[in-house]
Amino acid sequence: MAEFPDNLHYLDSHEWARVEDDGTVTVGISDHAQESLGDVVFVEMPELNSEVSAKNEAGVVESVKAASDIYAPVSGTVSAVNEQLEEAPEIVNDSPYDDGWFFNITPSNLDEISSLLTASEYQKVCEEEDH
Amino acid sequence: MPFVPHTVDDERFMLESIEVSSIESLFDEIPPDLRNGQLKETPAGISEMTMLRLMSERAAQDDVALSFLGAGAYEHHIPSAVWDITARGEFLTAYTPYQAEASQGTLQLIYEFQTMMSRLTALDVANASVYDGATALAEAILMAVRANKKSKSKRILCAGTIHPRYLAVCRSIVSNQQIEIEVIPYAEEIGTLGSTVLASYEDKDFAGLVVPYPNFFGGLEDIDHLTDWAHQEGMLVIGVANPMALALLKAPGDWGEDGADIAVGEAQPLGIPVASGGPYLGYMCCRKSIVRQMPGRIIGRTVDLDGKEGFALTLQAREQHIRRAKATSNICTNQGLLVTAASIYLSLLGDRGLAAVASRSHNNITSLIGKVSSIPGVTVRFAGPVFHEVVFQVPTTAGDVLQKMSAEGVLGGYDLGQIDPELSDCVLTNTTETKTEADLQRFAVVLEQVLKEC
Amino acid sequence: MLIFELSSEGRSATAQFEEAVPVTDIPSAHLRSESPGLPEVSELQVVRHFTNLSKKNFSIDGQFYPLGSCTMKYNPRGAHRAASLPGFLNRHPLAPEQNSQGFLACMYELQEYLKDVTGMQAVSLTPMAGAQGEFAGVAMIRAYHEHRKDTDRTEILIPSAAHGTNPATAVMCGYKVREVGVTRDGDVDIDELKSAVGPQTAGLMMTNPSTCGVFERRIQEIAKVVHDVGGLLYYDGANLNAILGKVKPGDMGFDVLHMNLHKTFATPHGGGGPGSGPVGVGEKLMPFVPTPVVGKDGDDYRWIDQSELPLSIGHLSAFMGNAGILLRAYAYARLLGNQGMHRVGEYATLNANYMAKQLTQAGFRLAYPERRATHEFIVTLADEARDLGVTAMDFAKRLLDYGFHAPTTYFPLLVPECLLIEPTETETREEIDGFVEAMVEILNEARETPDLLKQAPHTMPVKRLDDVKAARDLDLTYSPEFLDNN
Repeated sequence: MAEFPDNLHYLDSHEWARVEDDGTVTVGISDHAQESLGDVVFVEMPELNSEVSAKNEAGVVESVKAASDIYAPVSGTVSAVNEQLEEAPEIVNDSPYDDGWFFNITPSNLDEISSLLTASEYQKVCEEEDH
Repeated sequence: MPFVPHTVDDERFMLESIEVSSIESLFDEIPPDLRNGQLKETPAGISEMTMLRLMSERAAQDDVALSFLGAGAYEHHIPSAVWDITARGEFLTAYTPYQAEASQGTLQLIYEFQTMMSRLTALDVANASVYDGATALAEAILMAVRANKKSKSKRILCAGTIHPRYLAVCRSIVSNQQIEIEVIPYAEEIGTLGSTVLASYEDKDFAGLVVPYPNFFGGLEDIDHLTDWAHQEGMLVIGVANPMALALLKAPGDWGEDGADIAVGEAQPLGIPVASGGPYLGYMCCRKSIVRQMPGRIIGRTVDLDGKEGFALTLQAREQHIRRAKATSNICTNQGLLVTAASIYLSLLGDRGLAAVASRSHNNITSLIGKVSSIPGVTVRFAGPVFHEVVFQVPTTAGDVLQKMSAEGVLGGYDLGQIDPELSDCVLTNTTETKTEADLQRFAVVLEQVLKEC
Repeated sequence: MLIFELSSEGRSATAQFEEAVPVTDIPSAHLRSESPGLPEVSELQVVRHFTNLSKKNFSIDGQFYPLGSCTMKYNPRGAHRAASLPGFLNRHPLAPEQNSQGFLACMYELQEYLKDVTGMQAVSLTPMAGAQGEFAGVAMIRAYHEHRKDTDRTEILIPSAAHGTNPATAVMCGYKVREVGVTRDGDVDIDELKSAVGPQTAGLMMTNPSTCGVFERRIQEIAKVVHDVGGLLYYDGANLNAILGKVKPGDMGFDVLHMNLHKTFATPHGGGGPGSGPVGVGEKLMPFVPTPVVGKDGDDYRWIDQSELPLSIGHLSAFMGNAGILLRAYAYARLLGNQGMHRVGEYATLNANYMAKQLTQAGFRLAYPERRATHEFIVTLADEARDLGVTAMDFAKRLLDYGFHAPTTYFPLLVPECLLIEPTETETREEIDGFVEAMVEILNEARETPDLLKQAPHTMPVKRLDDVKAARDLDLTYSPEFLDNN
């Protein structure tokens, strides 16, 4: 059974966003997403310091049989990428909410976060997809 | 009924089982006004004997004794074993190796081919082929635009000595995506780019530079200089190389300081007959760092449940059957059977054999140049070294000369007037290792004779 | 054993070349400094190695190969022989027309037969595979609109069940893709289509029979909806075998199509290629066909190039496409003749419906049970997956142990746990019965010994392969160290 931590914000395209103490936003894919993708074999990250905009493509995550775009939950500048995933993409499967984070954004407008889904709203999206 | 095995009893039994009265009723979901497959132009069927008789007669009509045509398709000796084995039903009639366990033959063979091509080009990886040399270049251009992260440009720079048909094909294919190809004119005296023309292309933001090797005229571009210059300008370098030439000439991965980034070309010279232009074999090699931008199938070595070595399609998430609209290319079917032929060819020849064939092909053109240069009015159009192809300038129109030569049973080469009116007195002539001293002599004699008539 | 592992320094197949001669007139900056590292083996070693590799393949010549949407029918040896005649193999692509009349005659006649069988006005043989035929077709649609200065058309419509090449092609031609849904009985959702079309619609790409294995019954209405907004209709010929000699795409309202000669015209698949994807067009697109095409003046055949077709989308290959495949297709067409071609669609459909019936009676569930099967049909194993924990993939792998190539699995994506099965017209009733018996046996195994399926195949040269490792630890070229480190 997939986990849906309450402290995160979600997109219906299965990304999560966490607002850090310093005001930046960390992004990854949900437990549900990694389960349905299966073994992750590759993650394509946005370039460091590049601009991303909310709900636009910022990267790609691949398993053997599927590839999905990663959408940025908020607009801003990419301030960090998780370089560990380059060598060890399986971390996304093992720890989607912690070590398996993708990248970090310095948001240009943090208010955008309020348009994202809550954990329970997102959980509903996933349940509907499974039917 | 050719190839339909049903007996009358079979048909009756099957229809009864489906609970319909006739085959026609199986089409009852199709609107009746559409069910009119009448064939008016297609003749009645014939037996294999009659068909082979007809086609043998037609094939014999086209069999010309002695050909010096090249221009992208080269007549090398093909060892008998190449097509005897390639035509085995297990290679010929297998499908794409999606069911890996039942396709280890094809999969291992492609892996071996990838290895051979990557060694020939001195680049890290190769794919399992694309259609031909021209489309390989088109795919390389699309790939360079995707892979060049330093440049947002959709413009590509291309040496004017590229095969003109390759350029035309690339334009047909990439222009729909608003990718522009700008051509650098070649230096008229030497038939290569030379090194002085580049300055006007600096700081213009191109995603890549295309360098043919040997070029369309058989000449050798200054690959080291061009590669270093393009890299300095932030471009990726695409080498378009004849793999046969690479037995002798510098591999794209060794050009300049860092080597070319992508090598593509036509692998027809490796065991594939000239056969009216196809099926041929487009190859693609690249650095490992940009392999995810490479189109087409790629085979990887892995292990099975027992830890035993095995081979499988990999990096499939780039391809159309998974990535659909966002795939690196729409390519699906490739040139698998020709990969088989080329792999067997390269295995038979090995380093020593391939170098021998390349050196003899080269030596024959040198020898032919020597023989022809004594004919009054015939000169070599471009100065500089060549691999196995050369441009002869004749004192009249090339088309006339070639037509008269062909009446004597010699196809003397390609009329360059067809691509550039300025070159209408020029013939592009090729020799491979298949040409004997007598063949070369015959070329010279026939050329001299027809020039006297002109 | 890889060919490189057989290599011994100094060994070679010496009958295949005469020794190298010194090269003195190429500057050293151009010369290769190190040998490439090709295998050094004897001729017998090569012959044996590749013969043994071939034995690790399934093939039509060896096994029943009911791959849906791939039309794995018998590839006549006679067609292969005809295309391999020395006169055809030795003909240089740039040989003058007067030295090419035999070849050109075959090509001209093939164009005529393909026009006849598709109901189109013109055919170009040059595309080298289905995907390149698709490219040519959509590029012609684009050229047509642009020629009319109708430049606001930005979208290609594609049914959601379509083959992946369709959307990939549309994007290569600079279009956006808009998917149209499919109804529960496998037809295009016409209401959704009506709301999707508009002045932005360049065209619709579809396969008929569709990838769901059913005939699109409202095709004429679909054509009208698309034509009414000024769009054009593209026919993906992947499933042409179903209707060959029975229904012509031109009569259904299609403006342009490609054919897969490596399916419908029985040319061999070669382990992944080469194919051949000629395009046919109706009146509107005739000026735009890719070059070259073959024309006829009196008794003489000749090439028609861009000088006579100035609006052509241009050349798609260095020469004229996969000539050798076209010759095989020509030979096949001559062997069949008009009567034989009529029978292709008929007996392909008979075999598929018979097989579907046998499987249903044996307890398998069809994805579209209310529909007539075309030349192929879909079995869904969703129930077995839920109740027994075995998947379509497990069935597919177990079939290999029974000596049958697996049907197409997991395509189309919209049917869960599906097997897309296409027996083709060249299989006997006995072969079909044998396949059905194997499926029944496997279903029994799934109930009693499911691990037998989950671990399958058991009799192939390798067991199931680690795809994840293949993708994570990329090993794409041979080096001796790889397996030692793993």
